[in-house]
Amino acid sequence: MGRWGGENRALRRLLIAFSFVFVGAMLVLPLCQVLWKAFESGIRPFWASVSDEYALKALRLSLLTTVMAVVCNGLFGLCAAWALTRFAFRGKGFLITLIDIPFAVSPVIAGLVFIMTFGRMGWAYPFLSEHGIKIVFAVPGLVLATIFVTFPFVAREIIPVLTARGTDEEEAAVLMGAGFFQTFRRVTFPHIRWALLYGVILCTARAMGEFGAVSVVSGHLRGRTNTLPLHIEILFREYHTLQSFSCAAILVATAILILVARNIVEGISRKDADYHAR
Amino acid sequence: MKKHIAALLGPALAVGLLMFPAVSAPAATVELTNVSYDPTRELYEEYNKAFSAYYKGKTGNDVEVVQSHGGSSKQARTVIEGNEADVVTLALAIDITAIEDAGLIKPGWQQEFPGNSSPYTSTIVFLVRKGNPKNIKDWDDLTREGVGVITPNPKTSGGARWNYLAAWAFADEKFNHDEAQVQAFIKKIFDNVLVLDTGARGSTNTFVQNGQGDVLLAWENEAYLALAETPGQFEIVAPPLSILAEPPVAIVDSNVDKKGTRELATEYLNHLYSDEGQRIAGKHYYRPSNQKIAEEFKDVFVLNMKLVTIDDPLFGGWGPAQAKHFNDGGIFDQIYTR
Amino acid sequence: MTRKTRKKTLPGFGITMGVTLAYVSLIVLIPMASLALMSTDLGPAGFWKVITDSRTLVALKVSFLCSLCAALINAGAGLILAWVIVRYRFPFRRFVDGLMELPFALPTAVAGISLTVLTTDKGWVGGPLFRLLGIKIAYTELGIITAITFITIPFVVRTVQPVLEQLSPDYEEAGLILGAGRATVFFRIILPEILPALLTGFSLAFARGLGEYGSVIFIAGNIPFRTEIAPLVIMSKLEQFNYDEATAVALLMLVASFVVMFLVNRIQVRAASFAGEK
Repeated sequence: MGRWGGENRALRRLLIAFSFVFVGAMLVLPLCQVLWKAFESGIRPFWASVSDEYALKALRLSLLTTVMAVVCNGLFGLCAAWALTRFAFRGKGFLITLIDIPFAVSPVIAGLVFIMTFGRMGWAYPFLSEHGIKIVFAVPGLVLATIFVTFPFVAREIIPVLTARGTDEEEAAVLMGAGFFQTFRRVTFPHIRWALLYGVILCTARAMGEFGAVSVVSGHLRGRTNTLPLHIEILFREYHTLQSFSCAAILVATAILILVARNIVEGISRKDADYHAR
Repeated sequence: MKKHIAALLGPALAVGLLMFPAVSAPAATVELTNVSYDPTRELYEEYNKAFSAYYKGKTGNDVEVVQSHGGSSKQARTVIEGNEADVVTLALAIDITAIEDAGLIKPGWQQEFPGNSSPYTSTIVFLVRKGNPKNIKDWDDLTREGVGVITPNPKTSGGARWNYLAAWAFADEKFNHDEAQVQAFIKKIFDNVLVLDTGARGSTNTFVQNGQGDVLLAWENEAYLALAETPGQFEIVAPPLSILAEPPVAIVDSNVDKKGTRELATEYLNHLYSDEGQRIAGKHYYRPSNQKIAEEFKDVFVLNMKLVTIDDPLFGGWGPAQAKHFNDGGIFDQIYTR
Repeated sequence: MTRKTRKKTLPGFGITMGVTLAYVSLIVLIPMASLALMSTDLGPAGFWKVITDSRTLVALKVSFLCSLCAALINAGAGLILAWVIVRYRFPFRRFVDGLMELPFALPTAVAGISLTVLTTDKGWVGGPLFRLLGIKIAYTELGIITAITFITIPFVVRTVQPVLEQLSPDYEEAGLILGAGRATVFFRIILPEILPALLTGFSLAFARGLGEYGSVIFIAGNIPFRTEIAPLVIMSKLEQFNYDEATAVALLMLVASFVVMFLVNRIQVRAASFAGEK
């Protein structure tokens, strides 16, 4: 690592400079714009808008859907990555592409597919209404839509890493008599934990910020099915720009919290790795 | 091994918990869902408080109104798709007609309440920059060269359809019903349109925050909200002729029958016509349909504008107007052919 | 040659494949089938008429080209960013790293509004650009590209990053010691390793950009035949309560992005098996 970086200073500086310019223009400026709008009239109005009853309810709902989506997609991602990279079978490319599909679907349509399935025009509706189960325009629909838009993240992060590593180590472990869970935990997991972490982080961020698909299945019932991004949109459309951007600042803060959490996890596992290396 | 079982059980349990509140609805107080458009949130927030007090005084029951706001036809779609609204209070009659077509509202809803079931009305006005530097007074001025016009897209915004139809009504009078000339006039306005946002709020933002264009076509009540947000930078110009925007209300029959809330829903919408309800509407810059109450707000609204209605023979109601002007292949699309 | 034996040596195929298939069916296949079902009401002739409408076609072209540009920008910038973050140590590295998730955490509408404010001919960025160079960003195709680029930044960075982190520097150092030039080392040793991840990131960014709605509509201007994007055409049809035609356009977009991603995945699967058999 040192050799590579140390030998060509000009290139290194150029690349770092490029990164700063790109990140500055594309990420820092919009970020500043949001924060500037949120704190334009000082901290007090900001605090008043984020501690509003409905803003808090919206935040709680967002957190709930996010946790659900991350747990479900995390487990799925591990299974899918193992099945897809450790075995050869027909239709693999097709299956991988199916996993990617939720990214390709316009968020507008992503919501609509659940409406077409569970809504009043959907084929599952007669059964659901007979049993008094509400899926769309209720919390389960929000969770489903969030799972859908964040579906591929974890799988997509782990697959390239596992592909790049090959299967030799695992085969050796199995030959030596290790079982599936043991092999996975001892041999595979240490290699994919960063990828898993990135996947979970992306999934969390996207789930917190998701607007399009959730907007279609939510019904915007205030205090019931309004997630934070929906609440932000409604505030904006009500000409409450300040409140709206204040709530957006909460989402920015979430992104920063995620960053802090990751640094802590990384710190711990680095120490862990050092310990094992010794 | 235990860990894995826990990991699998966790989400399953959580799904179960999530289903729980959806299955068993709390029945401590009566609940009413009002699916509305935006920006009526503050109007209904205040009205709901007033109504709850009124209803408690009358029947002794507590009522909790759940509010829902979004784009008008989007909101109508959620009701069609299964959002269980007791009442809808939307921007355009055609959005409620769509719910009627889906079989959820019985025909004749527009005669159920006074004034075409519109407890309050609005109109389309111009928002211009302070001092009106381009001297924009009437619809004619929008076709002048060098005037930048901002309006939302009639295909995606209910409000923008009123804008378009108001201009159409003006041109119809000016060119003495010569439709070819009217169409050319409308095309000239849209040639001056710089940005077609998808919703009214987007357009206001484009005009107010981003400084695009010289005139914004807006609902009167939204123009006032924009003024309130940026005091001293803009002014409202009321053209002599405009359109009477009638945002209608209706009871969603199949939902109230299912939930047994018909009496409450009727009471809720009726109370909008009471003096109290009318004053709340006026306070939020909607024109009260009760003329006496409207007079109380004569300093706010220009009451002597000539206002054409959608039921004028020129348009023949929302159904024909929508089909002729705004559906795919309609006149609005023809303006934008290459 | 090793395919068959590999399948036998590694355990866990049944359970992981089972979970994967069940989950994919539940979240992706069944809802998608409902969508396809909806558009069959039109009949083939009606379907054909909808998707060959000149306005729809222009909108599809705008969406396609803009998201392609954005994906290319992100492939380049994302590769550099991932490289800089993984390989170099410099002040604010953690900060730059953490900012990457921001585009996901911000609701798309907030992102759209902020980017528009920045890039109009009166904004912090757009103002100087317009005065000095006469370039307009907001309300033009450039605006669309900017919004899509912003929204899809995390894809390339976060797919390439884990692979780079896994990549042992030994090979590179060996290459350097053996006298290979830095460029040779990069193109012969590093690039082939990260290419699958880079392609994945690229295709995900592209597909996501194609369907993006929330942020683009604020910055695009939405003038038909110029800056109208395909998801907006879908929205317009939905506003007319025209579910059939809306789903027809949606289905077409879905198939288009499915094909793109399928091709990329094929390249990747082939590259992976080629590398495995070497």
